[in-house]
Amino acid sequence: MQIICPWCGERSYEEFRYGGDATVVRPTASEAADDDAWHEYIFVRDNPYGPHEEWWYHAYGCHQWFRVRRDTVTYEILSTVPANHRSGDRQA
Amino acid sequence: MVQNTYSLFNLAYNAIHRHRHWSTAWRKPEPASAYDVVIIGGGGHGLATAYYLAKNHGITNVAVLEKGWLGGGNTGRNTTIVRSNYYLAANARFYELSMQLWETLSQDLNFNVMYSPRGVLNLAHTPGQLGAFASRGNAMRLNGVDAELLDREQVAQRVPQLDISDQARFPIWGGLLQPRGGIARHDAVAWGYARAADALGVDIIENCEVTSMQRENGRVTAVETTRGRIQANRVGVVVAGHAGTVAGMADLRLPLESHILQAMVTEPVKPVLNTVVTSGAAHCYVNQSDKGELVMGGDLDGYNAYARRGSPAVVQDVVSSALSLFPDFSRLRLMRTWGGTVDMSMDGSPIISKTPVDNLYLNVGWCYGGFKATPGSGWVFAHTIANDEPHPLNAAFRLDRFREGRALDENGAGPVPAAH
Ligand SMILES: Cc1cc2nc3c(=O)[nH]c(=O)nc-3n(C[C@H](O)[C@H](O)[C@H](O)COP(=O)(O)OP(=O)(O)OC[C@H]3O[C@@H](n4cnc5c(N)ncnc54)[C@H](O)[C@@H]3O)c2cc1C
Ligand SMILES: [Zn+2]
Repeated sequence: MQIICPWCGERSYEEFRYGGDATVVRPTASEAADDDAWHEYIFVRDNPYGPHEEWWYHAYGCHQWFRVRRDTVTYEILSTVPANHRSGDRQA
Repeated sequence: MVQNTYSLFNLAYNAIHRHRHWSTAWRKPEPASAYDVVIIGGGGHGLATAYYLAKNHGITNVAVLEKGWLGGGNTGRNTTIVRSNYYLAANARFYELSMQLWETLSQDLNFNVMYSPRGVLNLAHTPGQLGAFASRGNAMRLNGVDAELLDREQVAQRVPQLDISDQARFPIWGGLLQPRGGIARHDAVAWGYARAADALGVDIIENCEVTSMQRENGRVTAVETTRGRIQANRVGVVVAGHAGTVAGMADLRLPLESHILQAMVTEPVKPVLNTVVTSGAAHCYVNQSDKGELVMGGDLDGYNAYARRGSPAVVQDVVSSALSLFPDFSRLRLMRTWGGTVDMSMDGSPIISKTPVDNLYLNVGWCYGGFKATPGSGWVFAHTIANDEPHPLNAAFRLDRFREGRALDENGAGPVPAAH
């Protein structure tokens, strides 16, 4: 599998570290006492069959975290953007 | 149609008659319009569940719906290691039920599952690891599971092919052996359960994919399939890597991710290795199949995946680790590699449970290690479905344990599925 780093371009997946589902959001301060919110955040995942929004880290490259939209069935990279962007903002 | 028993007499009789009179191992019925229990997924766990529903609970109006062919999922893709060498009491007791069932399974099913208690040896590569193994061995023995701590010489004696020299990439300090652990023939487990369940009246329906579920008043009432709609009083979901997709049909989101795990075999050779050898530090495990192939596996590829194909880099990693332990195997050629989609739970332990939807039950989250649990999993899941409450041995594997703060994290790896 090849991962497309927004800075370095298409590289072998061996250069990267996987960071999991990028759609989970840490509970805000006002939700901090809510067990359901923490349960969702820590444990529950959509685990989609198809496009998946995920974090990757270019460990043997530019040392940047970034967001990738990748198909979990075909492994096609649908988009890849810097960490502070949302998928669809810019195509690499 | 009456099924033949497999016996010496029948073997002789059929040999004389050129094997023309064997009955088929299971029927191929058309799906009925309704069943007491519908099991989704015809892997080892689903088939074992159906068998024990019929055998232990007298519930025979049961269908197993399989989208492909029996055992075509992880059951037919795994490296066949069976063991119960767990540290946490809930795990040890649960997996030990399966060990006990393995010991007489061939007789019980009248089908040779080729259970071979050749011993499972975990290698320790540091004094610290050996200490941790001593602790796990003690925990196992307190739970009534067999365990022996071996020093380096005992390891060398038992597995002379290992490089135990000081120059080894992973020096060997000893190991933890479970003598009753070993391997079993994976396909035979699926076929044996299918045949035995069929003989008790269970309908096994292949090429039948469940595409949606119907609910009324918070309870599941029917499944829609590629072969029509089937009503069900109770539905068990036993689909391994597809757990999220199928549970999603009832709007359940699960504490798991689907990942890919690969395995590989060499060309077959004469018997050279009579113990299952694993190394957590080298990230690989090796055993020799009854056909003579060396079977190897290692870590997950490490990202969400449903494709059942992984990266050659992982194959190379596993093979080079195995060769660092067994340099003699370097001249063997690799014959096949393959992958399976495994249902990695957030604590590495399975989920065998009731759900927020009435009459809908889950048997998922088997990670890379559910083959060994096939008999016990079917046993307790059948109990859970028949009685609408868990068996004492799966009471800890509830779906809501994560929310309740009762995760069963055997490896202490945290809620990172790919880390278990
Ligand atoms: C490479 C590899 C090595 C492994 N090594 C070991 C090992 O050494 N020891 C060990 O204990 N475990 C091992 N495992 C894990 C073990 O294989 C699994 O945990 C176990 O086989 C799961 O059995 P199952 O019956 O739950 O799933 P499966 O055998 O995968 O069966 C699930 C079935 O559900 C079907 N299905 C899915 N969706 C639908 C649908 N919508 N409708 C109808 N049917 C559907 C699938 O087609 C499949 O046949 C390994 C796994 C892999 C991939
Ligand atoms: Zn980069």
